[in-house]
Amino acid sequence: MSTDQNILVKLNDAGLQLNNKWLVKGVSLQVEKGKIVTLIGPNGSGKSTTAKIALGIYKKIDGSVEKYTHKVGYVPQKISIDWTLPLRVNDFMVLTESLNKETIDEALSLTGVIHLKDKNLGDLSGGEFQRVLLARAISKKPELLVLDEPVQGVDFTGEIALYELIKKISDELSCGILLISHDLHTVMTATDHVVCLNGHVCCSGSPMDVAKNNEYKALFGEQASQILSRYEHKHDHVHTDEGEIKKN
Amino acid sequence: MFDDFFIRALVAGIGVAFVTGPLGCFVIWRRLSYFGDTLAHSALLGVTLAFTMEFNIALSVFIISSMIALILIQLQKKTNLPGDALLGLLAHSSLAVGLVVIGFLTFIRFDIMGLLFGDILAVSVNDLLIIWIGGALILLTLKFIWKPLFASTVNYELAEAEGLNPDRAKAIFTILMAAIIAISIKMVGLLLITGMLIIPAAMARNLSSSPQSMVIYSIVGGLLSVIIGLFTSLEFNTSSGPSIITAALLLFILSLFKIKQSIKLKN
Repeated sequence: MSTDQNILVKLNDAGLQLNNKWLVKGVSLQVEKGKIVTLIGPNGSGKSTTAKIALGIYKKIDGSVEKYTHKVGYVPQKISIDWTLPLRVNDFMVLTESLNKETIDEALSLTGVIHLKDKNLGDLSGGEFQRVLLARAISKKPELLVLDEPVQGVDFTGEIALYELIKKISDELSCGILLISHDLHTVMTATDHVVCLNGHVCCSGSPMDVAKNNEYKALFGEQASQILSRYEHKHDHVHTDEGEIKKN
Repeated sequence: MFDDFFIRALVAGIGVAFVTGPLGCFVIWRRLSYFGDTLAHSALLGVTLAFTMEFNIALSVFIISSMIALILIQLQKKTNLPGDALLGLLAHSSLAVGLVVIGFLTFIRFDIMGLLFGDILAVSVNDLLIIWIGGALILLTLKFIWKPLFASTVNYELAEAEGLNPDRAKAIFTILMAAIIAISIKMVGLLLITGMLIIPAAMARNLSSSPQSMVIYSIVGGLLSVIIGLFTSLEFNTSSGPSIITAALLLFILSLFKIKQSIKLKN
């Protein structure tokens, strides 16, 4: 047991084996209050699996998870909703917790989808749905937010605004965030700690440390390394070359 | 004006409809109609056992259906057969075993038609108590597990991640399914119980835009089906189960016109 009061969730050498194949192995990390931990790594490197281990979705894991909070908000990477359910955005918002109207409206306004409140969930576009998912996760004022590619399908200006919102939430609610993203470019400016996965923890540390790491360079290439380090230096600058650099 | 047996049947049917309404919505949402069928088929075995051991029918059916549900869960874990094959296996074998056992019970006069299709003459005051008290318990339990059950119906991982314990809700729901079959078997008959669960709920789906409204429409649809069905049954001397289900079907067909209208409005 940890004595550190700020720790929300802690993975100790955690891993998951499915049909004799390791999905991810030997992951140790911790998310603290007010901190953003970002998981990066190529497809199939175990990012979502790690997030689900942290959330306690997988029961039969290797190693251990210590979770110190029950107030969790989760934005899954993939969510398939069965359309035999008549479900409006408003119904979806109160799915796991009863909230009053003001709280719901506030969260939907923050992610810019308040006008969709009475729409059927099935009629939303991918980006709109993603904004609703994020609104739902933050509306319950969680202590721990797990965001698995939260801005996929969101338009470019929206993407930046949502990342700023995520940063703001982390500061205001002082909640810990476990973030998964492919978008090294935008994310790194806000991240406190980066864990680079490739079936195991390839390297971890501050964005700057990770950028210098040789294993990271081998995995993502020199260009990605430059993105990270550049943003480390450009902290308080306007990003003039947004959109020019793509992942990998 | 009406005979006592008819009033009893009406009160029983209304009680059943209040419970099948919300449960039926979950049967549709969670795609459990064949599962409901399997439990209902196994009810025959429960009835025969109740007769041989002079045991309460509803309780006996409840126990057997719950056991079949447990066996199903075990088989799903231990075999590589697909879910629908296992359901078919259990449904038909338990029905067959039930019928074979009936064949041996030559000393009891059996109304098989009543068992399969419901018999309003058979509803006693005792049955009314079972339906209303049992039904109230089912609804209370459902209210208690509503949030985790509904959340995991929408998305299992969300419910699990945010600490709602969906596995427990699912297990309790399975027991509720066995319970509703046990209390409604005399009214609707074991071959048609699933119809009572899904047809009013299917009608409700056509009319509703939120989960709550679907539950309410489903209850109303069930109540109307019971009332129309039982009056028809009395008038034309037809079995109560088929009459109720036919009434439900008619309501479903009417609800299709509502969809047609809303599709027209969209275009």
